[in-house]
Amino acid sequence: MMRYLIPLFAFMILAAFLLVGLTLNPRQVPSPLIDKPAPVFQLNHLHEPEKVMASQDNLGKVWMLNVWASWCVACRDEHPLLVQLANSGIVPIYGLNYKDERTTAMQWLKRYGDPYTISIVDQDGKVGIDYGVYGVPETYVIDKKGIIRHKQIGPVTVDALQKTIIPLILELQKQV
Amino acid sequence: MFKNYHHYDWISLRQMNKAKALILIYLLCLCIMPSIALSKEAVPVAEDPEVEKRMLALTMDLRCLVCQNESIADSRADFSNDIRREIRQQIKANKNDQEIIQFLVDRYGDFVLYNPPVKPTTVFLWFGPLALFIIGLGALVVYLRRRRVQIKEVTLSEAELKKVESLLNENKGKNV
Repeated sequence: MMRYLIPLFAFMILAAFLLVGLTLNPRQVPSPLIDKPAPVFQLNHLHEPEKVMASQDNLGKVWMLNVWASWCVACRDEHPLLVQLANSGIVPIYGLNYKDERTTAMQWLKRYGDPYTISIVDQDGKVGIDYGVYGVPETYVIDKKGIIRHKQIGPVTVDALQKTIIPLILELQKQV
Repeated sequence: MFKNYHHYDWISLRQMNKAKALILIYLLCLCIMPSIALSKEAVPVAEDPEVEKRMLALTMDLRCLVCQNESIADSRADFSNDIRREIRQQIKANKNDQEIIQFLVDRYGDFVLYNPPVKPTTVFLWFGPLALFIIGLGALVVYLRRRRVQIKEVTLSEAELKKVESLLNENKGKNV
């Protein structure tokens, strides 16, 4: 009896591993930056190029950094949600315009709405590398101390907002 | 409803558009000036072949996060272009290989390495195959030993041998 059961068990273990593997998304690469200080940057504004925004300006508040570009298809998907979130006043969203052209980016925001407190420009993607950006859109939640608390890879969804992002933001805002 | 775009879509889309545009230009050129030989667009290479060599050696073992089955050295994705540019700059800034790898791991995690470090989470990855091999070898040895005990050498007596011979001879000549 045992000699037939052993291969069966071995197969079942293997099948269980493969089954779990099917549900994993290899594109969701966990970021090593979670719970680490957000990389510091100083970047020019999109609308007023002579102005500079530094990431440290946001110390003391919870904020979101949304990496987007006018050439990014999925960005159009999440955009109405970001506009809604910005209108709700829950959290300020800062837009990192990633490897884009200034005029096209500004037109895009005019057309689809501008949810960003400030839009900043990362023309050559250098800040993107610092933040571990490998696809667009990506969104970071950064707490009052400037620590990255969450990274959304891919478009923000209703589900992600309701279950993860907004509860997290409310929680972080309570902290001193 | 929100369409479930993969956020890396843009790269293929963008490249497809680029490819289409290139083909169009190519066809136009063929029509307009059939006598002029067309040369392929040169791939930008760092001025310094030493830098290029080191960069290539490094990127050979790094995974492109956008096209995960390609190394950064092989990949033509924008992401890989940026990383190659970054590595070239760091080589020129006299960073050693370890510092450069650490720079990338800090931002993209161990996943960027094709050779992951030995850690509690990767122990099974590193030693799992060896463990399975040893288990298999053990099972084989046990099986062979048992079989040797089970199969006994059969010795025949004189009379039995004769009987065998006569039985064998009986069939000789007949069409069996």
